[in-house]
Parts: sequence; C-alpha cells; structure tokens
Amino acid sequence: MSAVGDGWRRLHPLSPIVRGGRASIAIVVVLVPTLVGGRSPRDSLIQFGVVAIIVALGFVSWLVTRWRVDSDDLRIETGLLKRQSLRFPLSQVQAIDIVRPGLARIFGLAELRLRTGGSSGSTGRLAYLSAREAEPLRDRLLALGRGAEHVGDEPAEPRPPSATLTTVPTGRLIASILISDAGVLAEAVVAALVVTAILAPAALTGLATGGAAWIFAAFAVVWRRFNQEYRLTVSDAPEGLHLAGGLVALTAETIRPGRVQAVRMVEPVLWQRLGWCRLEVDLAGRQRSKGEGRQARRPARALLPVGTHADAETLLDRLLPDRPRELSPPPRRARWKSPLRYRMLGWGRTDTCVRTQSGRLRRVTAWSPLEKAQSLRRVQGPLQRRLRLASVHIDTAGRSVHAVLRDRDEAEADRALEELTVLARRARRAS
Amino acid sequence: MADGDWRRPSPRLLRLRRAEVVALACLGVVLGGVLTLASTAAGIACAVAALLLGLLAERFVRRRFHAWGYVEREDDLLVRRGVMFSRLSVVPYGRMQFIDVTAGPLERSVGLATVRMHTAAAASDARIPGLEQAEANRLRDRLAELGEAQAAGI
Repeated sequence: MSAVGDGWRRLHPLSPIVRGGRASIAIVVVLVPTLVGGRSPRDSLIQFGVVAIIVALGFVSWLVTRWRVDSDDLRIETGLLKRQSLRFPLSQVQAIDIVRPGLARIFGLAELRLRTGGSSGSTGRLAYLSAREAEPLRDRLLALGRGAEHVGDEPAEPRPPSATLTTVPTGRLIASILISDAGVLAEAVVAALVVTAILAPAALTGLATGGAAWIFAAFAVVWRRFNQEYRLTVSDAPEGLHLAGGLVALTAETIRPGRVQAVRMVEPVLWQRLGWCRLEVDLAGRQRSKGEGRQARRPARALLPVGTHADAETLLDRLLPDRPRELSPPPRRARWKSPLRYRMLGWGRTDTCVRTQSGRLRRVTAWSPLEKAQSLRRVQGPLQRRLRLASVHIDTAGRSVHAVLRDRDEAEADRALEELTVLARRARRAS
Repeated sequence: MADGDWRRPSPRLLRLRRAEVVALACLGVVLGGVLTLASTAAGIACAVAALLLGLLAERFVRRRFHAWGYVEREDDLLVRRGVMFSRLSVVPYGRMQFIDVTAGPLERSVGLATVRMHTAAAASDARIPGLEQAEANRLRDRLAELGEAQAAGI
C-alpha cells in the first residue's frame, strides 16, 4: 500500500488527520453546520478554502515523508522545502514505545517512538503506522539493534506468549490516586467547592472562575496519572520487560535491563499502612524533544504505579538480580542534622549495586547499579562538619533518581567513597 | 591520597580574587567619602562597613582558594573544592563526554583559564578554575587522551 520503491515506505495515509488531533475535530465541527444549514455562499466558500488548504498541506507532508530500515539503522526523510534526513543507529536505541492516542485508536493506527540516549537525546517518531504493522516492526527493530544478522520483513515465528509479571487492579489504582498528594489536593478543591455551594451559593461563581486554573490543573494531574497507568501490565519479553497499558491513549514499551540507570521505590506515608509502593525506573537521556510536547517530560517511568512489596520484588529481580537487601543505619548523632528523616536513612551495597533510603513524609528507596555510576561525590556541609558527618552522592545519567548515602560517619563516608570507586571501575570493565 | 599529591590553581587566581575584593572595598570607601558631604556619621559608617566587609571577604576568598585542588590518578580525576560545603568529586576518565576550557575577560587578563570535565550525569561537578594557560592545555589534552583510551558506554 505505502511502498515507494527501493525499500522506502510511507506512513499511513490517515496520519495527517490523527496528527492534527484536536484541530481535525474542530474542522469537522466547523464544517458540519455549513453543510447542514446553508449559510451565505461566500462564508462557506471561505471556510471550504481554508479547510482545503489545510488538507492539502497535510497531504503534502504525508507525500514527502518516507522511511526505510537499513541493515543497522532506521532512516526517516521528511520536509518539502527544508529537506530533513534522519538516521537512527539501532544499536543506540534505548527503548521503542508504541503510542496510540484516542483518535489513532479509532482509525486503527499507532505511533512508533524510538528513544535514544545522550543528553541531547533526540527521538525518532514514525507517526502513524497501521496498528498491525507497528508491533512486528518494533520487534524487528529491536532484534536488529541487538545485532541479529539479518531479519526478514516478516517475523519468522509468532512471539511466544509472555508471562505477565504484575498488573494493576483498577480499584487499587483509584484508591492509590485518591490518597496520593495530587489526589488529596483535588479532593480538597472539591470539598471547598461543595462547602461554598452550601453555605454561600452566591460566592460559588466567583470562586469557580477565580480558581479555574487551579481546579483544572489538579484534575489534569489526577486524570493524566489515571489515563497513563490504567491497567499497566508488565510482562517478560525476550529483550527485557514489556510494559503495556493506558485508558484512552494506549502505550507499549520495552525496557532493556542494561539500559536502566537507576530504580526507585516510593512509599507515601498514607500508603505505608496498606503496604503499597510505587516502582519507577530512570533511563538515560532527556526524554523530551521538540515534537513531543509536555507529557513526554514525565520524570521517570512507572513500572508499577501501585503494588505490593511482593510485586516490586518480582520486578526488581528482573532488573537488578544482585542487589543489597540489608541497610545500615546512620550514626545516632545524624538525628540532629536530619530529625525528620533520621528513621528512614540507610544504605547498603553488594559488589555491583548500591541501595539508599531516605525521605521525610514518604519513604524513597533508590537502587543504583555501579556500572552506571558516572561520578562519585563526597559532600560535607557546615552542620555536618560539626557533627563529623558526610554524604556520598552517586551521579548517574538518569534524571530523577538520586542515590545519596546521607549523613554517614566521616570515616565511613571516606571508606565508602574509596570502595565504591574501585567497585564501580570493576563493574564498568566487566560490562 | 596524601596531601602532597594535590595540585592547586595558580596563585595568580588568589591575587585576581583579592584585587576584586579590594576594588569593591575601595568603591565602598569612596561612596562613604561622598556621603560625608550629606551626613558625616552615615559616611563614616559606610566606609567602616565597607572596610570590615572587605576584610571578611578577603578571608573567605583566601580560604576558598586554598580549598581548591585536583589529582590525576590512574583511572580517575579527583577534584576538591569549597569551604562551607566541601566537596570531593571522583570522575573516572572513561565517563568523560567532553572537556571545555573557558576564560572570562578578567581571567584572560592574567593568563588563566578554567577547565571543566562533563559526564553524562548533569550533577557531576569537575571544574578547576585558575589554571595557567599552559597547564590548562596540558590537562585538557591529557584528559582527552585518557578519556578516549578508557571510554565506556552509557
């Protein structure tokens, strides 16, 4: 259908409509009254003209965009006036996501997103392909990236059904969001509105218009979490862990264990009683580029939006089989420096991995594989010096997880810095 | 890590920083002098405050200068800095992504430059200011060479 010759292929013809997204819907909404209730011919002529131009532009952008898989890279060419040729070496690809926004699902389309490493991290997008095409293509690109010699156009055998490791029951997800920080804020807003409506109905309109931005923001955060994490399922795949989920927009991605910079487990205070936790992974590179917009700036990828500790252990076993289990507490005098989080502080290590724990109201546990450590830092502030304490930071290429050995005895910090330097070097050489 | 191994920025950096402090203090004293035309007490107070602050700043600048240091070890570079918040960074050569050598107008006027090593982690903090041009270039070339020899993937 969309072959151009010489291995070049085009995107799906409907992609401009989906890419236009809300604009396309707006166009339809504008056109319908014109078609139904005949207004003055001049008005409708102008409207038709504008729509025709937009459609033509979309068609041209579709016409000049083409892509091709070479032996070890993906090439995308686009642009009419400013010709752009992009080349993504598959061995550098950190992960490939399949994203399906609501409109794309109606037309049976899917977007393929290639995430590459590096601090300037650019993202390759194939938007949109037909949904049937996207899955095999993703597998093929991943296989080529792993260094498979030659992989045919069609996968040789169907993918083996992968074992589901964890999934999120909808009831638990709703409950966890209701008692998370953003959820509590949204509830407070609703409560305030209800109380005002009962006590002073006259003031309600003023409050609603004045605080509209706040109300909207609080609900947007809650909605986004629910939409992204609805039925998020993690399963074993040949390349690593396979994630799939979403309510309106479906996403699917594969995380290779070797690409994980750090893992963290977050336990807000209200969750601790229920034994719930949230597991997030940090991958290399900035996850935002020009075309990706705001939602792609998400700090870390949630593997387990909410789950039990047993679920978390299952996933951790896949990502970091050799990880420290024991934590050693800081010296008692650290209480003066960190009175609130003193109870939470601790760290432990094996030969390849460091685990640290901290947090004031919510407990945050971070695991950092030593082969990913970029540099180590020993930091001592004025108060720490007086108490003979010091902290050791492990810097990684990730963006949101920081492993810090906080408030250790000076001598212990020095020793840890020396040991970790040697261990990190060994881990780096071995990888 | 014996203390003798630490290399330091050029003493010219300390002189440069002192000159900056002295210039600022002089400005304060002159301002005080101008103020005496309006109110003698306020002018004298301003001048004295400028002198005291200058002395404090001089002490701070001196201690800060002496806190800087770096060692090139076999596999990594050690950089230490800071008086209030003292920091010691260990940056493996294999993790280096690029090095930049910068020199602002003041630094350049006394023939100094700052060498900075970047890794894939934004938090890595390996900056050495106040190196003489020749030493900065030597360090840059040496780090680039070692980085290439030991490069590791992200």
